[in-house]
Amino acid sequence: MPDNSIADLRPRQGFQPSRLIGWVGREPMTASCVAVLLFFVLVAIFAPLIAGDPIALNPAERLTSSSESAIWGRDHLGRDVFARAVYGTRTSMLVGFSVAGLTTLFGVAIGIYAGMSRIGGAVIMRLNDAMMAIPAILLAIALASLMNAGVVTVIIAITLPEIPRMVRLVRSVVLGVREQPYVAAATSIGTSGLAMVWRHILPNTLGPVLVQATYACASAIIASAVLSFLGVGTSPEVPSWGGMMADARSYFRIHPELMAYPGALLSMLVLVVNILGDRLSDALDPRKTRRGSL
Amino acid sequence: MTAVSPHIDTGQNVLTVSNLSLEFSNSAGVVRALDDVSFAVRKGEILSLVGESGCGKSVTAMSIMGLLPRHGARIVSGSVRLGEQELLGASERTMRRVRGDRIGMIFQDPMTSLNPVHTIGMQIAEVVRQHRGLSGAAARARALEMLELVRIPDARNRLGAYPHELSGGMRQRVMIAMALACDPELLIADEPTTALDVTVQAQVLDLIADLRQNLGMSVIFITHDLGVVSSTADRMMVMYAGRIVEEAPVEKLFARPSHGYTAGLLQSLPGTQTRHRDVLAEIPGSVPRLDKVVEGCAYAPRCSFATGACLDPLPPPRRIEPEHSARCIHSETVFETIRNTDIVRAWA
Amino acid sequence: MLRYIVGRLLAAVPIFALVGIFIFSLVHLMPGDPAVLLAGDNANPKQVEKIRERLHLDQPVIVQFGIWAGNALQLDLGDSVYSNQPVTKLIAQRIEPTMMLAVVTLVITVLIAVPLGVIAAWRANGLADRLIMAFAVLGFSLPVFVIGYLLVYVFAVRLKWFPVQGYKPLEDGVLATLHSLTLPSVALALVFAALIARVTRASMLEALNENYTRTARAKGLGTFRILVVHALKSAGVPVITVIGIGFATLVGGVVVTESVFNIPGIGRLTVDAITRRDYPVVQGVILFFSALLILINLLVDLSYALFDPRVKG
Repeated sequence: MPDNSIADLRPRQGFQPSRLIGWVGREPMTASCVAVLLFFVLVAIFAPLIAGDPIALNPAERLTSSSESAIWGRDHLGRDVFARAVYGTRTSMLVGFSVAGLTTLFGVAIGIYAGMSRIGGAVIMRLNDAMMAIPAILLAIALASLMNAGVVTVIIAITLPEIPRMVRLVRSVVLGVREQPYVAAATSIGTSGLAMVWRHILPNTLGPVLVQATYACASAIIASAVLSFLGVGTSPEVPSWGGMMADARSYFRIHPELMAYPGALLSMLVLVVNILGDRLSDALDPRKTRRGSL
Repeated sequence: MTAVSPHIDTGQNVLTVSNLSLEFSNSAGVVRALDDVSFAVRKGEILSLVGESGCGKSVTAMSIMGLLPRHGARIVSGSVRLGEQELLGASERTMRRVRGDRIGMIFQDPMTSLNPVHTIGMQIAEVVRQHRGLSGAAARARALEMLELVRIPDARNRLGAYPHELSGGMRQRVMIAMALACDPELLIADEPTTALDVTVQAQVLDLIADLRQNLGMSVIFITHDLGVVSSTADRMMVMYAGRIVEEAPVEKLFARPSHGYTAGLLQSLPGTQTRHRDVLAEIPGSVPRLDKVVEGCAYAPRCSFATGACLDPLPPPRRIEPEHSARCIHSETVFETIRNTDIVRAWA
Repeated sequence: MLRYIVGRLLAAVPIFALVGIFIFSLVHLMPGDPAVLLAGDNANPKQVEKIRERLHLDQPVIVQFGIWAGNALQLDLGDSVYSNQPVTKLIAQRIEPTMMLAVVTLVITVLIAVPLGVIAAWRANGLADRLIMAFAVLGFSLPVFVIGYLLVYVFAVRLKWFPVQGYKPLEDGVLATLHSLTLPSVALALVFAALIARVTRASMLEALNENYTRTARAKGLGTFRILVVHALKSAGVPVITVIGIGFATLVGGVVVTESVFNIPGIGRLTVDAITRRDYPVVQGVILFFSALLILINLLVDLSYALFDPRVKG
């Protein structure tokens, strides 16, 4: 390998999986968040095994409380609240992870390009600033309402406004890495642009990108709930927590629990993802142990 | 050169530090940062604390000020007395009344030691407002007076200046003005000239020396630069690895260095010619990690005079001559080896 | 100083132009006929034709944009296809509740978040810090409508201290307005405060680790003076910046909150317009909020000079 010497000069500061595993073991808070998240993932995957039909109407039993057939009661159309909540997990997880994944994919690609190309970078950053000047949730609402209702629409509508933040982050990391001596050294011995991105730039962006993707996932889960809540999200038949809360609005005074179940699940999932993002960010930031001097 | 400068009152100690030992602890373990440090600062004198970074100079200063980090630092034993008042273990309220009022302090980096978002006039005035309870106008007048005292040209107009509008030397003058605004008995100067240009350095040193004379305060002058010590201080203490290894009036110490480390420091002064080729002009090795208590001489591993006996438990300081002591069992050998170097001959 | 202001103003112009292009493209680059989209679901062919004519949709796209942008610059954002009223007029009618909600929220936020952030930094890694940071994570994990309904249930349905929903305009008296806005602005402030408390803590920590903080302590200053006069003022720039950036989140929150509490503001107008597929109104509202956001960030940039004397050139 002709490039060995350069690789040895590279500080070990990228993302290290072994460190990650050790850290999960040492931190009970993090571990319990991972456990809760896994629980949600399992619920989403095995929804059909856990709950009954979330769509079936049962007008005779509308707005009844807990029963043997529906442990969390039935909503205004007589649908099984528990089943809808379980299937709602699917929608939230699907949107959250898809948005995080797509944002990362496009954000990293565009961000690296913006960091490597001077003119292209300037143009992209201008577009980025403009995109970020439009309130994200409004843009998502507008996009979702313009396209046909559906999960894919929701994912696109939430991903688009989310990308600029990732682009900005990745570009700043790339610009920082390009200043590093080992990258300059690699350039001087003629490492090609693509090899450079693969070997030096990409590994350095991994940490911050992972953190940002986690936050994007959390905010996407909220955003999809907001869209459903405002009636521009997934179609009303598809069970979603936001949709359940929208349905529950009219019966809120008499049946607050119809609002509470999806609200609590939504908050819990977002909280867990956010805490994981914080922990990840702490673990990847060597300065986290700094104390105040007072 | 007289043995004792005329403005020093040998009979009166402003500050007395006795048997001060201090530990830092973190997840990696416990570090002995100061080990049985004792010294006194006399009224009107400039006492210099000399040593490489990490030797405990700044930690000594910070423990006098009560500004050690809240977490991790532990005083093992000792006492710090300002006049009759014990400072170790004093309440934060008491310490706050001492800091800035009875003890002023200036730091190494004047670029970052002033708050960039406040005018220098405000930063000087707030000290006297805090300690003297002066009103806004009176405090401002005092600030102006102080700026003039530290010879800042056009002082009246500089009151409203922000730190970034001043040069490094000017900022250090502002720091001095701030530290002296309440007429402290003691000024602690922690490497005050290290970050400055050589010419500016000399001006700041002159200023401190003059102010000492005019205001009658005492100064603890912390530095790693023996050149600065020789031109400024009356007495000096050499520190190594948390211990005081040699202590004497400046001219005595330069004329008769009696510790292997002091000898090494003198020879590493730029412009020093060694007559003996076997004495290295640079001290090999580096300051040891302080994470285990060293029984013997901590410098022994780097010392060209070291023998097996140096690793035995350290004897108490040896009296070399009046007011001159060193913690070195080979003090005669050290002096005999180094006495013919230019720097020692120049002071002898 | 003047050069700085003019520079900032000029930098905002291309961003505003790009925002205009984005918002224009929203409707015009969508698959399908923009006239049909803009006319709404219940339009007959005649109405569609009218819109096609009014918006010059038979012209090339670039000409259409020119006309649209020209009109927008003259504050003509078109007419609502639902009520036929000018969009600008609709926005103007609804501006009071939204502005009041935003201002009250901002005040509550700063009053909660800045002291909490300062205390957290002062007691870094201590119990107070942990509690405050836990509150902060909770704050921005709870969707605003969840917090909203929780507050409504406890303080309106159960305790009956505040109305369940609705808005009392300023002409009914400021106190009545504030009373009606308490729950919505607290709900919104919790989310916003979480963000600002975190940034305040981070930049306070930064400031407390600076050498000038050591100097302030060596001067014998009290804790409060060091924290507020020395550290907080230095930490001001990042905090103000994030308040500006957070305004985008706040706008999104306003839309949801107005919906939850049935406040007849611009957010409510947006949601109604979306359900009615009243696209000229949607377009107009987004343009309005974006312009507001750009303006606020401009003010933020200008306020840097208040906190940091080094910002001038």
